[in-house]
Amino acid sequence: MDWLALSAEEWTAIRLSLRVSSVAVLVSLPLGILVALALARGRFWGKSLLNGIVHLPLILPPVVTGFILLMLFGRRGPVGSFLDDWFGIVLSFRWTGAALACGVMGFPLMVRSIRLSIEAVDRKLEEAAGTLGASPPWVFLTVTLPLILPGVLAGLILAFAKAMGEFGATITFVSNIPGETQTLSAAIYTFTQVPGGDQGAMRLTLVAIAISMVALLASEILAQRIGRKVHLE
Amino acid sequence: MSLVVDIRHRLGDFSLEAAFSSDGGVTALFGRSGSGKTSLIRIIAGLTRPADGRVQLDGDVLVDAAARRFVPPHRRRFGYVFQEARLFPHLTVRRNLDYGRWFAPKGARAENPARIIDLLGIGSLLDRQPAHLSGGEKQRVAIGRALLSSPRLLLMDEPLVALDDERKAEILPYLERLRDEVGIPIVYVSHSVAEVARLADTVVLMAAGRIEAIGPASDVLGGPRLASAMERREAGSVLTGRVEANDAAHGLATIRLEGGAALLVPGAKASPGETVRLRIPARDVMVATARPEGLSALNILEGTLEAIEPDGEGMASLRIACGGDHVRARITALSVERLGLEPGLPVHAVIKTVALE
Repeated sequence: MDWLALSAEEWTAIRLSLRVSSVAVLVSLPLGILVALALARGRFWGKSLLNGIVHLPLILPPVVTGFILLMLFGRRGPVGSFLDDWFGIVLSFRWTGAALACGVMGFPLMVRSIRLSIEAVDRKLEEAAGTLGASPPWVFLTVTLPLILPGVLAGLILAFAKAMGEFGATITFVSNIPGETQTLSAAIYTFTQVPGGDQGAMRLTLVAIAISMVALLASEILAQRIGRKVHLE
Repeated sequence: MSLVVDIRHRLGDFSLEAAFSSDGGVTALFGRSGSGKTSLIRIIAGLTRPADGRVQLDGDVLVDAAARRFVPPHRRRFGYVFQEARLFPHLTVRRNLDYGRWFAPKGARAENPARIIDLLGIGSLLDRQPAHLSGGEKQRVAIGRALLSSPRLLLMDEPLVALDDERKAEILPYLERLRDEVGIPIVYVSHSVAEVARLADTVVLMAAGRIEAIGPASDVLGGPRLASAMERREAGSVLTGRVEANDAAHGLATIRLEGGAALLVPGAKASPGETVRLRIPARDVMVATARPEGLSALNILEGTLEAIEPDGEGMASLRIACGGDHVRARITALSVERLGLEPGLPVHAVIKTVALE
């Protein structure tokens, strides 16, 4: 069973993948809820345009998304140079860039799931909360948010899974630097490119399967707990 | 307390134009479905913004279209009980009840929660989830939730309409206690004559987005002014009296009306001295020119025919003064002709049924 022992580099890749995916998902969550709210409830000019832009990474080849990110957020790109000049933030070829790429790729899945659950909320309940003295932000926090929690959670897990598996956009945007941007997927890919790397690839594949299963089970259990409270009626 | 409403609003082809004021007690907005009662109560609550007009409670202007003033619902402190209970499914009954209390201003929390919970009989439900309640229980919790938000005015939009007769009978007594004991002014929307007769002090009769009549329940529910044929069939007199005696053996109570006449009414539970409301459906009153003999009807009142109004469908609505009270009868126009009835004639009102409300 010696071949199952993970090397230091492999551990690094796993830790990096977990960190990149978690940061990607958590940072994009507030924005995801806002965009989902706008798409579900808002009536504004350019709504279909926003919807299209949000969903684009789902349809575009990941390499194209990665290249667009490189053009925009690269050191000489319009957004990238601005971030570098004003805040000293550099995304290209850093793990934060990997998180950005993963966040963008997972965003449509997250927004879609949250949007569906917002559309399923009975607005009459929000109206009732208003007559009881709750201002719109309080209505959102005490009624809407608890009711959409299962959808938020599902979106979170989906986006996390997508981020864990993200490969094309990440490798295009931030390359495949061990210890900095070499995520689990990239590490598996690297193993398959060298002679005798099959064992390493297999080890990391098992890890990927284990992480996915744990995430799925955890979400299932949480969703059941919340769902029992929310969807009884 | 004085609520002043004077609004104009359009909803597609439907136009609503209503002006009325209320000085406390229970004001019923009454009319068939589609008459605009729900739109009107939603405007009072602030859930709909009227195109034009004013809504004012005491000195507090809530809507003034001319001055572009509109106070949103959460700043009005009007309790609202909807047709469906609309309890928050993710909260227990206790936390549903506490919801509005949390947002009420500290100084306004005068209402004693324990007393409201007791009044509505929901003390045993506090730790349950709303999904596990019956329809009647849900609606009682919804009423409690609205009351505990310390409202200045309680708006009720057909709170009983989604319930079957048994559940209605279960909740009505609670609503009566609310009216008599809590003292919050209530605006009550309903299309049921029986409910309105039982609860309302003032009735605002609505039809096709307009107010047809405003007045004390006994006047408006009397007859020809009721808009539809259905409502006219339900029309009747609402009388107030005091329980004088109780014949438990026959299950009958003697009620002395304010005007002096006495009626025998089924209702073993009424205790002597208690003030009660009676409703006499106009269709259950017969008219005789001479005192009838050998009749099963227990209540025959002597009176004077005051007015005869045509009531559609070959019917006529009669107003009979019996002592100080007025009893309405709905008989065929043919009978009016045959008996030669005209105002001023002494008649006997034969009352088939009296409902103790």
